[in-house]
Amino acid sequence: MAAEQAAKRAVKPALARVKALSKQYVQRRAFSRTKFVVDALKNVDLEIQPECLTALVGSSGSGKSTLASCLAMLEKADAGEIWFEREEISHCSARELAWLRPKIQMVFQDSAGALNPLFSAAQIIAEPLEVQGRESGRQVRRRACELMEEVGLSADWADRSALAFSGGQRQRLAIARAIALQPTLLILDESLSGLDLVTQAQILNLLADIRVTHSLTYLLISHDLSLVGQVADHIAVMHRGTIIERGTRQEVFGGAQHEHTRELLASTQTLESAFRTARPGMRP
Amino acid sequence: MLCFLFADLAPGSFFDEITLNPQISPETVAALRSHYGLDQPTPVRYVRWVTSVFKGEWGYSFAYNRSVSSLLTVRAGNTLLLTGMATLLVWLIAVPLGIWIADHSDGWVDRLCMRTTSVLLSVPELVVALGLLYLVVRTHVLPAGGMVSLGFDQLGRWSKLSDSMMHLMVPVITLVLSSLPILLRHVRASMVEVLNTPFIHAARGHGVARARLLFYYALPAAANPLISLFGFSVGGLLSGSLLVEVVTGWPGLGPLLLEATMSRDLYVVVGAVMSSTLLMIVGNLLADVMLVAADPRVRMQ
Amino acid sequence: MWAAVIFLALLHAVIVFAGFIAPYDPVGQNRDLPFVPPTRLHFIDAQGFFHIRPFIYQSTARPQSLYEYEESGVRAYPIQLFVRGPEYKIAGLFSSRIHLFSVEGPAQIFLAGSDNYGRDQFSRILYGGRISLGAGLLATAISLALGLLLGTFSGFYGRWVDESVMRTAELFLVLPWLYLLLAVRAFLPLHISPIQTFCLLVVVIGSVGWARPARLVRGIVLTAKTRKYVVASRGFGASDQHILRRHVLPHTYGVLLTQAALLVPQYVIAEVTLSFLGLGLSEPLPSWGNLLANLQQYNVLVSYWWMFAPALVLVVFSLGYLAVADRILKQLQSITV
Repeated sequence: MAAEQAAKRAVKPALARVKALSKQYVQRRAFSRTKFVVDALKNVDLEIQPECLTALVGSSGSGKSTLASCLAMLEKADAGEIWFEREEISHCSARELAWLRPKIQMVFQDSAGALNPLFSAAQIIAEPLEVQGRESGRQVRRRACELMEEVGLSADWADRSALAFSGGQRQRLAIARAIALQPTLLILDESLSGLDLVTQAQILNLLADIRVTHSLTYLLISHDLSLVGQVADHIAVMHRGTIIERGTRQEVFGGAQHEHTRELLASTQTLESAFRTARPGMRP
Repeated sequence: MLCFLFADLAPGSFFDEITLNPQISPETVAALRSHYGLDQPTPVRYVRWVTSVFKGEWGYSFAYNRSVSSLLTVRAGNTLLLTGMATLLVWLIAVPLGIWIADHSDGWVDRLCMRTTSVLLSVPELVVALGLLYLVVRTHVLPAGGMVSLGFDQLGRWSKLSDSMMHLMVPVITLVLSSLPILLRHVRASMVEVLNTPFIHAARGHGVARARLLFYYALPAAANPLISLFGFSVGGLLSGSLLVEVVTGWPGLGPLLLEATMSRDLYVVVGAVMSSTLLMIVGNLLADVMLVAADPRVRMQ
Repeated sequence: MWAAVIFLALLHAVIVFAGFIAPYDPVGQNRDLPFVPPTRLHFIDAQGFFHIRPFIYQSTARPQSLYEYEESGVRAYPIQLFVRGPEYKIAGLFSSRIHLFSVEGPAQIFLAGSDNYGRDQFSRILYGGRISLGAGLLATAISLALGLLLGTFSGFYGRWVDESVMRTAELFLVLPWLYLLLAVRAFLPLHISPIQTFCLLVVVIGSVGWARPARLVRGIVLTAKTRKYVVASRGFGASDQHILRRHVLPHTYGVLLTQAALLVPQYVIAEVTLSFLGLGLSEPLPSWGNLLANLQQYNVLVSYWWMFAPALVLVVFSLGYLAVADRILKQLQSITV
């Protein structure tokens, strides 16, 4: 079984790989000796296959957002390696990162906070293009409108403030902004949480469409295992800073190894059955 | 907070600039210069000055021909009396009034208060002082200016006291009128905020009597920002008192500093600035102490 | 809100065009007419006829009395518009002789009375406004610039930069500014040219007051820094400069505007105070401060109530600014909520 799995995985080289990644958060109280140390990541290993949707699942505090931030080079890990397209990137300087940044982009959970309320829709989408200095002014605007259309928003709304859009529409904007630089890897950090089911489905469809047209690889981070079960090719389950389970969707849903995974799986069932399987004194 | 001691050092650094000032020479003869040790190199003088400050000798005033410290003690005391009195009065008026207004917020009382404070805020201290003087002179209600009337020494003890108090009235009222609007607004705002919190609503629901509610429950919670305000207002009050003293002729640090500046009596200048800084530090320390005593949250930190 | 802004703008326009609106030269003396009370405007003449154009009577000194005047009803001097008068400069470049209004000599129209040298207070107030308001505005600009710079630096780069800047700001906030100003003034030569005095005044007043704007700006920068859209910007490789310019600073404009509206009157008052005490602009140049300084003399305070006029003007300006500041604050609150 293990050999088969290894063989399957060896078919395509991994797009990104994380090895033995560790990160701690230390909070010191002002003028006092006490420190709060939180182990966000403990020796994490993960592979992300190209043109697949890899899901990172776990409850709050399991470290999934930290892993995503480190992968997107938004935070620096304390120890370990990060490989992307066969290059080790965790120790790159800012200048070296310049070629890398466009390739990994992130879509956040809180769309209202992730979009500057003072900007118009077109400005939001155009910003990455401006920052990277790829195209001139008029072309940037044209490209922004194109992107808007692509994510299902009418280009007539290009000058509306971000606040004028609904939650689902804002996520579309965020996605448009994220694909503006034509990334290879798109990290979706709880981007579907907080949306109603209908909107979730719409966004998922959009993601599926652009995945093909832009040859994207997705890393979806979520606490919602049922959602993940619908769309993910590979799943990694995190718990308290380590990956406790990994495999393809069938493998994980079929026969979970770790007790915590089984708990998570169980909780995705209906409430009734959740009540039945729940017992007092269970670990969170 | 302890870094306010920096302020103590700051006036000291002014001393170095004396050497840049060519005006000293016309004022003093060369012999005098050597007597005062002005011809020695700067660092030496600075060290000597600092040591003498700590010893209690603050230099010599050229104009008054007395030692600076003797001048300062009297004047600083007067300023302290004035500012102390004004602070006390302002808080005594502002706190109950502010609480009462906050209690009736959104009523006509509140609106009246906001309007009047707006107008009062626009009137600068200078104008208040001048206006008050004018009124007083016209109506002869209070003595205008100075600290004592003629023939002070012949009055009996109680008369002396009442005379001083009468003379104190005009400057104190000026200071109070200038600081009242902003303090009132802050008290009111703070109280209104506290009165809208859930725990006050709960207390009201329990049927706590109004007076007790306001003073025992709400006020301590509202006190924190107010005490911080007190710390900051000390500086402003000192500045204001300088002006008021000059205008009304109250013999405090203000007129002294002004005269010294005009006549280039530099030791006095430095001494006066240092005294005011000291007063300010004391005021702030008081505020810090009060803060710690009043708010348990601060203590925990 | 706009009413207040327009009102304020009008007041400023009057000051800017002081040369045009003021009938007389601010330093022109008339020793025959010291302490004349404000000239009364008449619409109805001795025969009881109503004139649309107001006129005045010449004030002459009452015989054998000092500083008492009566109107000699001999000749009526109508107020004329666009009169030729003493020369003045517009914006320091063009000179002109046209004044908005005046009367024919030898009568003089003292709308706000005259002082002990017989100078027209009205003109002096207008010219003095240039200095006092100018000082206030310039000093505000300096404070805001310093506050913006230090606040942004402090909030954006954090850690020890933040700590040191904020502690210094606390220090500046607490110090009694007048004492500080006096001390600084004391260590500089007493007799310096008016231009130098003015610049000095402006620089000193402005550099003492940077603390409050800096704190406010820092607060805004701190909040903006943590916003997800700033993180996202970093994600596409935005430089610090880009983030500051496009995401962080635009949020500070509102605060800066309110602070401006609050600081200008404070600084004008500061200049007035300094000049009043004799440490700012000195005679013969008018500034609202040294105009008010006349009131320090007992006889002036008691008998010549019109010398309070600069105070009134000061109050009106402060009211205007505070009203505008209030409005801006309310608008801001409605936006950010």
